[in-house]
Amino acid sequence: MPSIDAELCEGCGLCVGVCRCGALVMKNGKVEVLAVNSCGWCGLCELVCPTGAITCPYEIIVEDGRT
Amino acid sequence: MIDTNLLRTTPYFTGLRDADIAAVSGRVFVRTAERGEILSFEGERSEAVYIVVSGVVKTYKTSADGKEQIFRIVRPGSTFNDAPVLSDSFNLVTVEAMSPVELYGVKQADMSALIAEYPVIARNAITVLSRRVQDLVTLVEDFSFLHVTGRVAKMLLTYLRPDAEHPRLTQQEMAALIGTAREMVGRSLKNLEEEGIIRMERNRIVIADEAALRKMAGIAG
Repeated sequence: MPSIDAELCEGCGLCVGVCRCGALVMKNGKVEVLAVNSCGWCGLCELVCPTGAITCPYEIIVEDGRT
Repeated sequence: MIDTNLLRTTPYFTGLRDADIAAVSGRVFVRTAERGEILSFEGERSEAVYIVVSGVVKTYKTSADGKEQIFRIVRPGSTFNDAPVLSDSFNLVTVEAMSPVELYGVKQADMSALIAEYPVIARNAITVLSRRVQDLVTLVEDFSFLHVTGRVAKMLLTYLRPDAEHPRLTQQEMAALIGTAREMVGRSLKNLEEEGIIRMERNRIVIADEAALRKMAGIAG
């Protein structure tokens, strides 16, 4: 799921606004992932976050599962 | 209702006196839009310059074959439609709301009148346009001089093993690692996927043809 640094999150809610999957929610002034499986990993939340609090990191692997 | 305290912090109206801010607010209108709504179309005459109050918009161009190039992500406090309004010209890019947005707008004729009346606004406009030029020069520099796909290929091979020394990477981090813009990383990953060399799987980048990726990265063997 998207990685969230609660200390960096300023609660602006931009990520929740752009999320097309309904995967994010604001709770007590901070963003939280509401539905892990709904996230389509489009990266829009990361793109709009002004503080770098929410990120969508990738794991890089080769086809046969070897890392 | 225009929030004058917010208005005085925006790029065009910073430095104005209280009485002037009150006068300026009379020429400002509010516009709202839902996610996905197009706020300005490329090629159309620009009716107003906008300040983003809440939400976020993107400015972009689309190629004939449907590829999208984002120029700017505009967050609260920043403006768009600056160049076409200040030159009384046509929109250079299309602008779309990425979320529900609230905007403050100033029509072209009102902006011209404000600039004529308040030298501070004229100076602020020069600053706004200068920053746009700086951003575009950086973008052209990246597009002109960086062979990004090869760098992306090399980076993927370098960070193949996710562990403490090889952390999972965001596209922003990938861009920072290879000295380019995030958009260029996204485009390169898409190109590699179209060529069948990698596969994007949600939060994983799967290398489907390691030999081809090595060749692209200039690594022998």
